[in-house]
Amino acid sequence: MVQALGRLKESASQTAGPYVHIGLTPNFAGISGVYECDLGTAMVNDKTRGERIRVNIRVIDGAGSPLNDALVEIWQADAAGIYNSPSDLRGSADPNFTGWGRLPTDMTTGECLFETIKPGRVPFFDGRKMAPHLTVWIVARGINIGLHTRMYFGDEETANAEDPVLMRIEQKERVSTLVAPRDGDIYKFDIHLQGINETVFFDI
Amino acid sequence: MTNSRSPANRTPEIGSFFPRDRNWHPPAFTPAYKTSVLRSPQRPLLSLDNTLSELTGPVFGQSILGELDNDLIHNFAGPGESAIGSRILVYGRLLDERGIGVAGALLEVWQANAGGRYRHKKETYRAPLDPNFGGCGRAITGEDGSYCFRTIQPGPYPWPNGPNDWRPAHIHFSIFGHGFAQRLITQMYFEGDPMIWRCPIVRTINDRRAIEGLTAALDMEATIPMDARAYKFDIVLRGRRSTLFENRIEGN
Repeated sequence: MVQALGRLKESASQTAGPYVHIGLTPNFAGISGVYECDLGTAMVNDKTRGERIRVNIRVIDGAGSPLNDALVEIWQADAAGIYNSPSDLRGSADPNFTGWGRLPTDMTTGECLFETIKPGRVPFFDGRKMAPHLTVWIVARGINIGLHTRMYFGDEETANAEDPVLMRIEQKERVSTLVAPRDGDIYKFDIHLQGINETVFFDI
Repeated sequence: MTNSRSPANRTPEIGSFFPRDRNWHPPAFTPAYKTSVLRSPQRPLLSLDNTLSELTGPVFGQSILGELDNDLIHNFAGPGESAIGSRILVYGRLLDERGIGVAGALLEVWQANAGGRYRHKKETYRAPLDPNFGGCGRAITGEDGSYCFRTIQPGPYPWPNGPNDWRPAHIHFSIFGHGFAQRLITQMYFEGDPMIWRCPIVRTINDRRAIEGLTAALDMEATIPMDARAYKFDIVLRGRRSTLFENRIEGN
C-alpha cells in the first residue's frame, strides 16, 4: 500500500436540459422580477474600447436543423488582449468590458446575436501570439457535457495562418469550421455538431 | 474536507487544470437518451493544454445578488406568500479536485415545482404551476467554498423519450470556477429516490460512483426544526496544478 493522493473526482456533467432558460436567462423565459436582468446580455457600454462588432451564432444538429433551445456563452479578451479576470496577471482589462456574454438561441430562428468588440491577440503558453478569437461554450438538451470551441475572425487571415491552436488541427480542411466570415460588422459563426462540416471541439 | 485557504491571502492561481476524465463524465453519444443522437459530436475532441483563454474566466461580485436570490421559496412569491412544497435547505461546498474550497464562484440553480412542473413555455406536463414559485436561484460561494439555498423539493415528472420515462426529482446546477475550463452544468439528485437508477439521463453516466457523487445526502443535523429538512450537496470542479515551480521547469 502507498499513501492515498486524496484527490476528489470532478462532479460528473449532466445535460442542461430543455429548461436551461429558467436558471440562466429567466427574464428571457418570462420569469420576471427575480433578477433585474439576465446575466451576460450586455458585454459593452458606451465607453468600451475597441472595434464594435456583432457575432451571429447558430448551433446546427446532425439533421441540419438549428437548435432553438441551446444556450451559448462566449469569453474573450478586451481590445488590448487582456482578460477581465483575476487570473490574468498581465495587467488590468478594460473596466467597461465584461469579456463574457451569454445568450439563448432564438426559439424560432435558432440564432443568437452578441454585441461585443473585436478582441486583441493573447499569447499561447509558449509565448507565440494566438490570433484574435472567442472561446465558445455550448449547452443544450441532448448535450451531455458542455462543448468548448473557438471562433476565429474571417478577416484575420495573416494572424489565423500563424495561430498555434489552428495549426494543431491535423485535417487542414477542418480549420475553416472555426473561422467566421465577416459581413459588414457581423461575423456569422455556424457551429455544426455533426456531419461533414462538424466543428472542431476541444478537450481543454 | 480540509485544506481551505483564505483567498484573501493568496494570489490568483494560474496553473493548468487537471485533464477531464472523459470516462467519468457521460459520453456525448448516448442513444437511450434520444436527443443526444443528433446532437453529439462524432469526431475526436482536439486535446490542448490550457492557454490564457481557458485559465481565465469571469468572476461575479456579490453586488449582482439580490436579497432573495438564494431563497426559491420566496423570490417569486407574492407579498406574504410562499411556494408550496416540502421545504428544504440545500447546502454544501464547492471544492476542486485537490479538496480546496473554491471561493467567490457563481452557482445558478433551476428546478421544477413540488408537482414536477417547470415554469416554461415548452413544458407540457399536466401538473399545475405554483403561482408563488419561479424556479430559479443563485448564490456566490463564501471564502471556504460554502453555499446554501432554501427551496422546496421538486417533484418527478414524465418526459418524452421512451414511452414512459420519468425524471427523478432533481435540481440543475450551473457552476463557474476561476477559469472558463472549469465551467460545468450538472444535476443534483436526492438520496433514496427510486427513480434515479431508472432515468436515461442519469444513466448517460457509466460509473455508479459518479452518479452517487451527484446524489445529495439527507442531513438531519442541518435541518431547521419545524421548518425545513436539509440536503448536503458538495460539488467538485477540476483541480489545477501548482505554479510554484513546475511551469518554469517545463518551460511553459
